[in-house]
Amino acid sequence: MLPQISLAGIVLIPFLGAVAIALAAGRARLRNIFCWASSIIFLLAVLGQVAPFLEGETSRQVAWQLLPELTIAFQLEPLGLVFLLLSSSLWLLATPYAIGYMAHGGYTNLSRFFACYAIALGAAAGIALADNLLTMFVFYEILSVSTYPLVAHTGTSKARRGARVYLALLLMTSICFWLPAMIWVWASTGSIDFAAGGILEGQVSPAVAGWMLVLFMFGTGKAALMPFHRWLPAAMVAPTPVSALLHAVAVVKAGVFVVLKLALYVFGIDFLREIPLTDFVLYVAAFTMLAASLIAMHQDNLKARLAYSTVSQLSYIVVGAMLATQVAAIGGGMHMVMHGYGKITLFFCAGAIYLASKKTLVSELDGLGRRMPFTMGAFLLGALCVIGIPPLGGLWSKWHLVTGAFDAGHGIVLVAFLVSTLLNIAYLLPPVLRAFLKPLPAGESSSIKEAPWLCVVPLTLTAAGAIALFFFAGIPYGLMEAVFE
Amino acid sequence: MNIVDLMPFSVLVPLIASAVVAMLPGRTLPWALTFLATLISAVIAALVLPAATDVTLSYPFGNWPPPIGIEYRVDAANAFVALLVSGMATLALLWAPISVNREVPKRQGPFYALFLLALSGLLGITLTGDAFNVFVFLEISSLATYALVAYGSDRRALLAAFRYLIMGTIGATFLLIGIAFLYMMTGTLNMADMAERLPEVRDTRSVRAALAFIIVGLGLKLALLPLHLWLPNAYAYAPNFVTIFLAGTATKVALYVMLRFIFTVFAPDYSFVVLPLATVLMVLAVAGMFAGSWVAMFQVHLKRMLAYSSVAQVGYMVLGVSLVTAAGLTAAFLHLFNHALIKTALFMAIGTVMYQTGSAKIDDLRGLGRQMPWTMTAFALAGLSIIGVPTTAGFISKWYLILAAVESGAWWLVGLIVLTSMMAVVYVWRVIEAAWMTERPANLPMVREAPLGLLVPTWILVALNFYFGLDTRLTVGAASAAAEVMLGSGVSGVNP
Amino acid sequence: MSTVLSFFNYWVVVALMMIGFYCVIARGNMIKKIMGLNLFQTSVFILFVTSGKVTGGSTPILREGVELYSNPLPHVIVLTAIVVGVAITAVGLALAVRIQEAYGTIEDDHLGDDDDDERLALEARQRR
Repeated sequence: MLPQISLAGIVLIPFLGAVAIALAAGRARLRNIFCWASSIIFLLAVLGQVAPFLEGETSRQVAWQLLPELTIAFQLEPLGLVFLLLSSSLWLLATPYAIGYMAHGGYTNLSRFFACYAIALGAAAGIALADNLLTMFVFYEILSVSTYPLVAHTGTSKARRGARVYLALLLMTSICFWLPAMIWVWASTGSIDFAAGGILEGQVSPAVAGWMLVLFMFGTGKAALMPFHRWLPAAMVAPTPVSALLHAVAVVKAGVFVVLKLALYVFGIDFLREIPLTDFVLYVAAFTMLAASLIAMHQDNLKARLAYSTVSQLSYIVVGAMLATQVAAIGGGMHMVMHGYGKITLFFCAGAIYLASKKTLVSELDGLGRRMPFTMGAFLLGALCVIGIPPLGGLWSKWHLVTGAFDAGHGIVLVAFLVSTLLNIAYLLPPVLRAFLKPLPAGESSSIKEAPWLCVVPLTLTAAGAIALFFFAGIPYGLMEAVFE
Repeated sequence: MNIVDLMPFSVLVPLIASAVVAMLPGRTLPWALTFLATLISAVIAALVLPAATDVTLSYPFGNWPPPIGIEYRVDAANAFVALLVSGMATLALLWAPISVNREVPKRQGPFYALFLLALSGLLGITLTGDAFNVFVFLEISSLATYALVAYGSDRRALLAAFRYLIMGTIGATFLLIGIAFLYMMTGTLNMADMAERLPEVRDTRSVRAALAFIIVGLGLKLALLPLHLWLPNAYAYAPNFVTIFLAGTATKVALYVMLRFIFTVFAPDYSFVVLPLATVLMVLAVAGMFAGSWVAMFQVHLKRMLAYSSVAQVGYMVLGVSLVTAAGLTAAFLHLFNHALIKTALFMAIGTVMYQTGSAKIDDLRGLGRQMPWTMTAFALAGLSIIGVPTTAGFISKWYLILAAVESGAWWLVGLIVLTSMMAVVYVWRVIEAAWMTERPANLPMVREAPLGLLVPTWILVALNFYFGLDTRLTVGAASAAAEVMLGSGVSGVNP
Repeated sequence: MSTVLSFFNYWVVVALMMIGFYCVIARGNMIKKIMGLNLFQTSVFILFVTSGKVTGGSTPILREGVELYSNPLPHVIVLTAIVVGVAITAVGLALAVRIQEAYGTIEDDHLGDDDDDERLALEARQRR
């Protein structure tokens, strides 16, 4: 039986870990111990919440009174628990990968790197547990700012340019759209607390709520709705562990988590259906889904291809929220998990390939499969999970999303899902096919072998996780269903 | 001793101490006495604030009852500003000794005496209830400030000081004209008395002219957009300590006096309903926000950059005023306080950089993040505050400002506020990028971290930025009380 | 005609004010600027003093047989304002002297426009 600690305590663990890591600057071994310790303790603390939660215990905690009537407060609810479980389990898997990758890649300034890494996870936990919009906003901004040093880590002018785009877009959207929208909600309802079923119904007219919705959706830059998706490809200048954990899981999933949370706990899906502008956001998301897939097909850089794929997949979840049916929302929540496992596997593989062979382009992958069987095998599994082919978890989330679109009677969205899935196949499978089916180019050095085990083991585990999720999809499903009880 | 009787000493102690300090030899002694006087003044202000929250305190000078004699009249609004001014002065002094030893190597007595004069002038403006007294104290503080600016280390400081003197005097004289008109129409100089007598004569051209002259005169002191020309150079070339002190206090006091005239003397329904002052202020505020932020983005000299940013921030405060709602005024007072914290911290960080490297140009800061990590981290954190990132004081101001705009239904203002915040991101980020994400060029000297005497005060300010971003009871409470006083509610009688 | 005469003081005030203001703005010479500033301030002093005049009132000294006095307060105020004005003039002139020493001129036409950090450092080296 795991001890149950307070919710604010859970959020605090990574931050304390970051302080410890920063203080251990210059002592690599100690720093690694702290990295491990904070991710393990964090996972245990999250798991400690599960059992009491399933027994129906609800805990709400007001951590801080920021302004009169405005608090920093935390509450555990099913959707947040899904996100927490996802990020804490993947953090544990990403820790050895990051340590191995950064050490073998010859990167410097590792204390800053790992401290910011931990802060980002703490901020993600804060978003997951937020009980009101203000708390969510605070941690959302902490997440944006703390990941900036990670993106710009190498300090080259390219990295700085990428990081500038990254930060500018995320801060701009959140300050320009999200913040006014939040204050608008506060001014017109007198409350910014999340409540199951929404808080806006009956307080504002659907037309006004529509504008709020638009502000919120585009303000959540981390969900990468077009035209505010540019930061995600720009962030790919970061070292791969950052791209993997943050830009496939923590940051972007925080974005779609915010979207889902807003849809379910601020607007409420019943009210969402009445809002005329919901369909507008829905079509923007569907467009993003297709357009990003098309762009991904033309990217030769493996990480850029994966980034655009992420943009596309995030929109699946936004679509799931905007369809405003229970099944679709459940599908969206499940896709958060499934895509998280699948995409982190893909990024781990991309990083391992780079580490082992310094190759970054899809067209250079010829024949690599025999040299790096584990990596490329895991890549295949990750790709199949993202595409949604059994026996991988991605099947279930897409299943529910498509069913949701069918229920809602949105034929166009249904078609978009199908086309997009075909495009997924078209851009995710060629790297694998090249690696396994084509021979090594002549003159290629044959010294390439698997990346260090610290990198290979995690990616094997996440791939295994993607398979396991096929059989245990009931867990996220059950949690998502609990949202509607 | 009664708190009311203690009140005038907040002004008198620095005033009298300045005469003594001017004659003291050496370096340590003048600073020590200055610090003591400032601290006493701050402590008195801190004692007055709680007492003045519920009732208006009045101290008649020489026991002459108010309309005849001069009185100090303190309510929630000016007690708040007085505490801010004396508190910021105390903190600035903590930073001062090391830097002043470099910039004013000899005869520091007169330098600190001028500082005390400026301080007592600012406090006098804040506390007095007499319109002409406002003018006199304004000139005392301004004259001391001109001289302080001229202490700057290179010759451009002289030009800046002279131009400041010309513009500042014109501004003060405009204020005097306005007061003269008011006196002609009401026959009194006591502001409370004036407020009672004005309604009878308010539809005359003289009173309208009086308001116009006063707004323009104080607008100059406040550096409201078209009247801000003196500010960038004066801030940029003054000694760092002087810049720090001015950034946190001078414009704030000017804004307070402007509010006092607009709201207490003229009453809001006259200033805003009969005359279109709200529109005028709003346009100027928005223009200031934009132009200030815009120009700041392209400045090479970081002190100038921060100075232009101040012009923009003054715009935020005036914008809050121009909404003429309790929420807007609360936002203005909050930002008045928070911006003092933010700008002081930023100028301290840049001052520390100047002390170590001798330059405040952005190119000379390249790669400094590694060499002066504490200083640059302080700058970055204070920079987050000016952007308005949550958990900082700047966020609280911005929250209230946007809330006020939303409540007034002024959506376009919300857009402008967030847009100019993005400009703040740009100018702060240029520095952060130069300091951390760039290697130090070989031709720039390697420097070491600054002495603790500079770092500790800077970090105190940074910590305050976060403290007041997290614990807002004091600031929001005092600011809303001040706003209520200005709008004419919440005052119950004089001297319990 | 009567308007012109009965407001004579005010006409003088306005005229002086504008002359002074013009001087401050248009003249490049710093001494002239300060003179303009003085004129400008003086006009305000006259405005103040004028406001103290009570028609038919006598000098405000208490004596037999006089009922109506002029208002003495503006004179007192103006006395203070004059002191302030003198102080400003003094500071302004002192600054002008320092500028003359530093730049060799007090003509404020684009003075200091070409000052930049490098040039000032160079001059400082040459002086040494």
